[in-house]
Amino acid sequence: MQAAPMPVASTEPILSARGLTKEFFGFKAVNGVDLDVYSGTIHALIGPNGAGKTTVFNLLTKFLSPTAGTIRFDGRDITRTKPADVARLGLVRSFQISAVFAQLTVLDNVRVALQRQSGLATQFWRSNAVLSRLDARAAELIEAVGLSSFSETLAGDLPYGRKRALEIATTLALDPPVMLFDEPMAGMGVEDIGRISALIRKVAAGRTVLMVEHNLNVVSDLCDRVTVLARGEILADGDYAAVSADPRVREAYMGSEHA
Amino acid sequence: MSSAPISNAPAAGIGLPRGQQRLTGLGSAVATIALLALLAAPLAVYPVFLMKILCFALFATAFNLLLGYVGLLSFGHAAFFGGAAYFTAHAAKVWGFEPLLAVLFGAAGAAAIGLVIGFLAIRRQGIYFAMVTLALSQMVFFVFLQAPFTHGEDGIQNVPRGRLLGLFDLSDTLTMYYFVLAVFVFGFFAAWRIVHSPFGHVLQAIRENENRAVSLGYRVERYKLGAFVMSAFIAGLAGGTKALVFQIATLTDVAWQMSGEVILMTLLGGLGTILGPSVGAGLVVTLQNYLAASGLPVTVVIGVIFVLCVLVFRRGLVGEAIHLLRRRAQGLPRR
Ligand SMILES: Nc1ncnc2c1ncn2[C@@H]1O[C@H](COP(=O)(O)OP(=O)(O)O)[C@@H](O)[C@H]1O
Ligand SMILES: [Mg+2]
Repeated sequence: MQAAPMPVASTEPILSARGLTKEFFGFKAVNGVDLDVYSGTIHALIGPNGAGKTTVFNLLTKFLSPTAGTIRFDGRDITRTKPADVARLGLVRSFQISAVFAQLTVLDNVRVALQRQSGLATQFWRSNAVLSRLDARAAELIEAVGLSSFSETLAGDLPYGRKRALEIATTLALDPPVMLFDEPMAGMGVEDIGRISALIRKVAAGRTVLMVEHNLNVVSDLCDRVTVLARGEILADGDYAAVSADPRVREAYMGSEHA
Repeated sequence: MSSAPISNAPAAGIGLPRGQQRLTGLGSAVATIALLALLAAPLAVYPVFLMKILCFALFATAFNLLLGYVGLLSFGHAAFFGGAAYFTAHAAKVWGFEPLLAVLFGAAGAAAIGLVIGFLAIRRQGIYFAMVTLALSQMVFFVFLQAPFTHGEDGIQNVPRGRLLGLFDLSDTLTMYYFVLAVFVFGFFAAWRIVHSPFGHVLQAIRENENRAVSLGYRVERYKLGAFVMSAFIAGLAGGTKALVFQIATLTDVAWQMSGEVILMTLLGGLGTILGPSVGAGLVVTLQNYLAASGLPVTVVIGVIFVLCVLVFRRGLVGEAIHLLRRRAQGLPRR
């Protein structure tokens, strides 16, 4: 019998790395990491400071080239793909240090994110008044992250938590199947954490999210799967309950934070 | 509590969406007055002098498109200015091109050189970019020094100005002036349009945060290269026009000093402001003219003025003026 077209996603990871290694001047910041991220999940990457989480993000999105290892995304080998092209394939990241266009308004930040896919990015002969075409979609995105009243504010003038929200809006603007967030809630107050956490849950519907997060309450609440990284290597991998029960993990990471 | 936070001051007086909107009304008033003044100017001022200013103003505008709006410091713009001068001069003199066509040919040649230099330089950052553009423009200099059609140290002399579209005799100084003014207005408007286009919007984003632009899927090298070629083209319009004005193309226009001069003009007038480079060019050309007659060492005096300006008016003349207006616009209604 002919096999029905399988929903590949459930069995094949949408994003996977094998033997991922990055050396900085002989120091292995990431060492032989195998990582599988499955479609439709929220996947947490946790570990102490300096474990190599941001470096893994930089490798997966090709902002850094791996010293060794391979990366596959959606059935393609992207080990040698350029970072802008990785984004165009639908693997879009945010940065640990909030990345907004500071001298542009919130609205213009989102417009920039929308311009490329609307075919408006290369038009140098037209007035940028045509960008108002993007305003309806931009307003939706701004609304979705709760920034409607800040539309005309310069992004650089936003409070920290709002900048992170704006970054999520610009990431969402690309409508990417996979989003990577690097510590989206670091340095935020309880209220902001609640809001961003709810936001990530909302935007994750129908997408895949890989996120670095230190707040374990958020991780246990939000994430389907957890990978623990320590000294550049994977320590444990699985659902939150299994990972948090692992004695090595408790020792290396959680022990100190969970009294 | 104190008043609302003042928006972040731009590092180098670079384009601001919010303030710019407030100043648009003023901007169009200034543009209208400037255009009227330029139309009437040859009644009061020696036209050849005005044409020289217009050529350099356009050259500086082209340079500013790159440094002021993309953040790329090219130290090789003489290659485009001087290169176009040679191409235009050769086309007009040897091939008998109609003057507008000759100027466009020169600009296209400059854009072609820009494509090659830009392609090789664009991957470098900061000072390395400047050094690569300098090195490559020096190679262009030696090519022009050696190539037979440029006549080495003599240059291409007695370039005919020709008849514009076969109708207007450009050997008439006033007719020539209005031709130069038209080229200037076109080039100036082109630069302004590029800055305020969807493409310019992406350029601004790239300058603000290149990594974020990359992570949004922008192949930033292509955008930078595009801006580089556009800048080279407009610089070429200026250089080609200058060759027709003075009826000569020489090594002076491709030499590295010319690349330095345009940087000076731009910084003096105001980096990242639409009008600044023109004001800077006007100032430098005027000074050069008066100083040449006075017998003082021109380079030294201009150097000193430059240093003083950079110390006192960090944003350049126009940059400081805009800053002042903006501060008042923000301050007065609140109190
Ligand atoms: N560009 C770099 N050059 C040299 N060392 C680096 C670089 N980036 C990261 N590292 C080092 O790699 C290790 C992992 O860093 P990082 O990935 O930022 O950790 P994490 O995000 O888990 O806190 C750290 O020891 C850091 O100092
Ligand atoms: Mg990190």
